Formats: sequence, structure tokens, C-alpha cells
Amino acid sequence: MTKVKTALDRRSFLKISAAASGGILIGFSWFAGCTPDTKNGKFVEVPNEWFEINSYIKIGDTGMVTIYSPNPEIGQNIKTSMPMIVAEELDADWNHVQVEQAPLNTGIYQNQFAGGSLSIRMGWTALRTAGATGRFMLLTAAAKEWGVTIDDVFAEKGIIKEKNGNRKISFGEIASKAVGIEIPKEVKLKDTKDFKLIGTSQQNVDGKKIVTGVPQYGIDFHREGMKIAVLKHAPAFGMKLKSFNEEEIKALPGVDDAFMVDISINGKANGNASPQFIAIVGDTTWPLLQAKKAIKATWETISELEDSEMHSKRMEAAIRTGKPNQRREDGNVKAAFKKAVKIIEKTYTAPFMAHNTMEPMNFFANVTTEGAEMIGPTQTPQSLERAVAGYLNMSVDKVSVNMTRMGGGFGRRLYPIFGVEAAAISKQIGKPVKLIYSREDDMSQGTYRPAYRSTYKAGLDKDNNLIAFSAKGAGVPNGGIYTNRYPAGTVDNYLVEKFAVKTNITTGAWRAPGSHFAAGAEQSFLDEVAELAGKDPLEFRLELFDRAINNPVGKKNDYDAKRYAGVLKLVKEKSGWGKTTPGVHRGVAAYYCHSTYVAEVVDVIMENGKPKVQKVWCAVDCGILVNPDAAKNIIQGGVIDGIGHAMYSELTFDKGVNQQSNFDTYQLIRHSQAPQDIEVFFVDNGISPTGLGEPGLPPVVAALANAMYKATGKRYYHQPFNTAEQA
Amino acid sequence: MAIFNLKVNGKKLQVDVDGSTPILWVLRDHFKLLGTKFGCGMAQCGACTIHLDGEAVRSCSLPISVVQDSNITTIEGLSEDGEHPVQKAWLDIDVPQCGYCQVGQIMTASALLERNPNPTDEDIDIAMNGNICRCGTYVRIKEAIKAAAKN
Repeated sequence: MTKVKTALDRRSFLKISAAASGGILIGFSWFAGCTPDTKNGKFVEVPNEWFEINSYIKIGDTGMVTIYSPNPEIGQNIKTSMPMIVAEELDADWNHVQVEQAPLNTGIYQNQFAGGSLSIRMGWTALRTAGATGRFMLLTAAAKEWGVTIDDVFAEKGIIKEKNGNRKISFGEIASKAVGIEIPKEVKLKDTKDFKLIGTSQQNVDGKKIVTGVPQYGIDFHREGMKIAVLKHAPAFGMKLKSFNEEEIKALPGVDDAFMVDISINGKANGNASPQFIAIVGDTTWPLLQAKKAIKATWETISELEDSEMHSKRMEAAIRTGKPNQRREDGNVKAAFKKAVKIIEKTYTAPFMAHNTMEPMNFFANVTTEGAEMIGPTQTPQSLERAVAGYLNMSVDKVSVNMTRMGGGFGRRLYPIFGVEAAAISKQIGKPVKLIYSREDDMSQGTYRPAYRSTYKAGLDKDNNLIAFSAKGAGVPNGGIYTNRYPAGTVDNYLVEKFAVKTNITTGAWRAPGSHFAAGAEQSFLDEVAELAGKDPLEFRLELFDRAINNPVGKKNDYDAKRYAGVLKLVKEKSGWGKTTPGVHRGVAAYYCHSTYVAEVVDVIMENGKPKVQKVWCAVDCGILVNPDAAKNIIQGGVIDGIGHAMYSELTFDKGVNQQSNFDTYQLIRHSQAPQDIEVFFVDNGISPTGLGEPGLPPVVAALANAMYKATGKRYYHQPFNTAEQA
Repeated sequence: MAIFNLKVNGKKLQVDVDGSTPILWVLRDHFKLLGTKFGCGMAQCGACTIHLDGEAVRSCSLPISVVQDSNITTIEGLSEDGEHPVQKAWLDIDVPQCGYCQVGQIMTASALLERNPNPTDEDIDIAMNGNICRCGTYVRIKEAIKAAAKN
């Protein structure tokens, strides 16, 4: 049993009040569960924001428990799994729990965020503490009512019972009486072995709404009197809007207004490649989309119009002659390569990619002199609030942000640009407005996954031991390579260098930023190194982990070698690695990112002369599993998403213009290309849980390439793999 | 602009729009039937799938002028309360992640099962290939279609 404090220096992470409609409201701080870092052996002071109440549990007098889920839901299912953690410690009846999306409201809520697979990892202790405090207070209130001690009572599925008696009372009946109970200074959390709800599969709390089409996404938001707006950005990176045929557009049917908007602040673009754009406003969408086609605009070139060939050459030059912005060297790599008997060097590349959330960017804004009301899909409501306040030159307390369910995020909705655009349009017309991007708008002027290029080199001695390793990675705008990740710590002579290439193309986080490329390149390369060494690729990796476990090189290695090797061993066992099936070709890869370890085996068959993924086996170590079936779903999704993007997706540039702008030219994986089956196995180790939104994707890129090599005899170095040259 | 008479989910509805207006925007902007989703505007992703006389069609590329006398079914009219076997299977197997594309997937799947109650894997692949899911729920969608076929 773990005891956790609910307060520090007499300041509490919890706040109790009576619920307006009867019952008790437990407010708690999302960050109470974070442990401050110790720096130089000294205790670091807990930040003030850790005491901010940013989540609520309401236990109504009917016994209905409402849990306000503070983090945005982008499909990672935290709106179900996070409340499960609270309900577990509270001993609530899950059937009587309802989940609401909490809004963002500065001053009350802080740091609501969905990204980096962090939601569960950061919320774990805070959610448990809040639930356990609630249970304690309800138990205390019941014990007081009956004139017994708290040790004489226990809670089960929303009912408090006497241990040695017949009295029982429901949470609803006792809730309002718990309001007056003093908040305990510390509460006991359950032993993980006593979990009843955590570890059971619970259906998505919004499932019914989704399958019946209940409006809940940003694009569905509607308010009486609201206008619709569409926009047109610059057609190329490096171009700026000068003028357009405003009067002609305004005269078109269904168009109320058309105008130029500039969302730069004091001439600064704030990371926005096209702060000047054309907005067209009306009552319905179709006439506006038609009017957009009639735009005749003049654009001026303000910076270089880049193309993909240029990017490729610049990355190559950066690796050859550039100055690294990050570097790690263990031992003496140059000398080791001189001693090496066998040397292998390979280069891997990947193009820019668009996010392509199925729900295109959109946002509702109602800007008045009083303030700004923002409603829509955002992964970072706080950053959107700040950006809108900054543009409108208002204090943040005048901006409110409400989050809708999101039709995907994948990183795109971490950026607040579309929210600011909506606010700017609302301000101009003096009315509430919903801005909707077309798919072409969504795929152009994006915050793309960067383009990457990495060169890997390895040297073996006469006994086929890996004695030298070097990896140099460049990217537009920065390399997809990590100095302290595996195989750091496993090779005496190890070098990693990371290089930047400047660009005016806007880029940003994209599901498992950097890691998806790094994993694909590194794990494909190690497969080839294993082959050169004449070793089984899986055993070769385990051999390197043995070194990292027993006698690691360097101290800053960013992984737990035992857990890393653990997932490889699990996938080896579950997939029956080593056995051969005629016509089935296998590849393996493992990767650690976003605090979760994943190893995957891909089975490829040849169909009509082309490789096709038949089955994927995944072994995952994310610590305690909160909602197993949902966890499995998101890993399966990551695998399919990873296969799809590695095989088919690519965004190229010519004269600053993206050459793909809809699904006719930008290919996403489809039903017939998905594996028939994806089996997912989890390591059971009782360690505090980590996230799953991202880690399932990176290893599959390499496992796929390695399996396809076995099927076709060709190595796949350049994404997307399904190009004419490589297919 | 012209007056168009439509039959949507069994109800007769009238709307005054340009004949080129895709049925998607009539449903969403004029009738406030928001279950049908906008994804690409060029019949490439299937998020906007509806039934036109029982056939799955992409409403984003279907002008209102050509659907006058047809029966349109949207997700709102597929069942009373999400009780269609396909919707039930979707819930049982917990298919959705972000959920945005799922209405389109369900409409395509339900039309498939209507004309082919026992589809093979290949039948499913062919019918469903026009519906993209960026979250990657394809394996579960196939499982749900097979489960629905059994019921």
C-alpha cells in the first residue's frame, strides 16, 4: 500500500465544496502526482501551478459520479481511461460514472494538453490521489453517521458497507455529508493487485455518440446567427498576398463578405508561414467554396521558393560538411573503423508528411469588445488561448476556450494558427463565425513532419562483434536522430551527430515526432549489420542489450535495457520467431520512445508479385494497463498508420508549392492494404503506466522494411517504400 | 438557385439552393444533419458516405440536382437508437478511436451487408477501400463487419 500526501507546506492539492445540485465536488490538481526533480542533491521547490485545481469529481446526491476529464480527446481514448483511474480508487460503480470534457478556463484550469503520449503518465498519481481522497471522505462521513470508525467500513461499487454489520449507504446518500469532513493530510492508495476496474476493458464512453453520428466535433459546432468562413492561404511557402479581386468575390452569390486578413503581430509571423490570407464569409459552405475558385490574387515572392531536390542536396551537404547541433562520441570512432574488418554504410531518407486528420482544421470564434469565445478542436487549449489573446491584444482572462472532440490530432492541433485565424475573421465581421478548411487548405501551409536523411555506418571485428558505430542525421529543419538512444551504451566506439537545414516550410510534431524516422532507419540498419555479422537479427539485438545491461558504455543512455530486451523476448516467444513458414517472410524491430517499449514482428507475403503485410505481432511495455482493449486498439492503429505512411505517403515541393493536396495524390493506407491481423501482447510488470498514442508506430517502419527485404531481396532505404524505383 | 424536394430518412424536405450544391452541404448546412462528415470534397475518403436508394454514395461529390426523386438515408436515419446490427457490432468491438470517419465506414458497411449478407475478406476490402481511417482501425472494422454479418 502506498501513502501519498495531499498537501505540501500546508498548501493542498485538493479542494472540497458542496456541489450546486447536491452532493460533493472534489477539485484536485492534475500535477499533484508529479515528483519534483532533484538537482545537485537538493530538493527543487514545487511550482505554484501544481496547486492549481484543474480537475473535478462530482458525486451527486443520486449517486451519479461525474468526472471532468481535463485533457483533450483526440482518439487516444483518455476520456475513458483517465476517469477509470479515478473510479478505481474511489470504488465507484463504473456503470454510474459519466465523463464530461472539462473546458479551459484560465485561472482555474492549467496545462491541459494532449501530446507526447503524456496524458496517462502525468495524470496517474494525481487521479489516484483524488479518487482515494474521495473514498476516504465518503467512508469517514458514513462511519461518523453510524458511530463507528473508518476501519469498520468499506466501499464497493458506489456502496459503503459495514464490515461487521448489515448497514449500508450509497455514495449519493452520504455525499453531501462528506463535504464537511476535513481533507486527510495523506491518503492510502490501493495495492495494484487490488485493482478491480483498472485492467478491465471498458468501452469508449463516447462510443454510442460516434456510431450514431451525434454532433460532437468542432466542425459540427453550430450556433444561431453564426457565419461560415473559408480561407485561401499563399499558394507557396515564400509567397505573400498583395491583393485580390475583392469586389468580384463579394458580388458572388452566397458571399456576405470577402477581405484580406493579417494575423502577424507587429510584422512577426509567429511561426505561421502565411499570416496574410483571404477570408470569404457567408451563411453556407458550398457557395463559399465556389467563390474561392474565382479568386484572382497577386502574390509576391518574399523568400526562396524551395523544392524537394534542393532539400535532398542540402541535407546531404549538411551531413558531409555541416556543423552538428548535437553530438555524442564514446571511445574513438575513427580509430575503431580503421581496425574494423567489415564496414557497412547506408543512407535512409523520408519525405515531408502532412497530418491529414480526417476532420480538417476548423474553429469557432466569437470576438466582441468584451472578449473572445473560442470553441473547437485543439490539443493545446492553453496555447490557443494565449495566441488568440496575443493577436487580439487582450488579457488571457478575456479569452475562453472550449474543447470539442477531435477528428484526429497527430500533432497538427498542437498549433493554434487556425484558432487565431477564426478569431481574426470574427473580429473583422463583428459576428460569431466557424472557419472551415478544405482538404486542400489542410494539406497546404501545414505544420508538416520534417524531411529527413540519415547515414549509418558500422564496423565489425574479425569475430563479427560490433566495434564501431556512427550515425549522422540531417533534417529540414532538423535531424531525426537521438544521441542517447539505443544503440548508445552497447558499442565502445559510438558517434551520433545531428544537423539542421534551414527552410521556410513550417514543420512540427507529427505522431511520434522524429522517432518514427529514427526507428525506421536505425532498426533497418541494425538488421543489415546483423546480416553482415551472420547473426539472427533478433538475437543480435539481444546481444547488444546484454552489453547495455551488464556493462553499459556511457551514463546517459536513454532507456532501460532490461525492459527493452524484455519486449523483444516477448515478441520472440509470441510470434514463434525462428520457425519458418513457406511463403511468409519475417522482419523484426524494437523501439523505445515516449516512455514505452515496443517490439514488433511483421509477416509479409507476396501477392501478385508485390509484398503485402499479412500479420503483425506486437509486444508492449507501458507499465500497468489501464484499459486493455483500448490499449490494444491504439497499438493496432499505430501499426497500421506506421505501415501506411512508410509505404505510401509523401509530400513533395516544387517552387515552394506542395505537389500533393488531396487524397487523389497523397496516399493514405486503405482497407485492402492493412494487415489481416495484429496481435498485441503486454508486459505485466506493475510499473506506473506510460502512454500509447505514439510508441506503437515507430518500430513497424523497420519491421516492415526488414520483412519486405526477406520477401523481395531488396533493402528499403527511402520512404515511401512503394515507389517505382523500390517496389 | 432553385427549389429541390428531397426524401431524407423517410421525411420530405425542401431546400432552395444552387443545383450544383453537393448533398453533403445540404445535409449539414441546411438540414443540420451533422452526422455525415466532410473529409476531402472529392469522393476519395468516404467520410461523407450516405445511402442513395440503399447504395453507398459519397455525398460530397453528388450534386443535389441529380438526387431529386431518390431516397436518402444518413446515419441519423440508419436506425432508431443505434440499434442497427452494424452499429451494435461497432460498439461491441469498440472500433472507434477519434471516430470521425466511422459514420462513413458504418454507412458503407451497412450497404455492403444489405446486398451481400456474407461478405468474404476480399468483398469487404473492395467495398470498404474508399473509406479512409487515419487512426488505423481497419482490422477492427473488418472484425465488426463479420460480427454484424453473423447477426
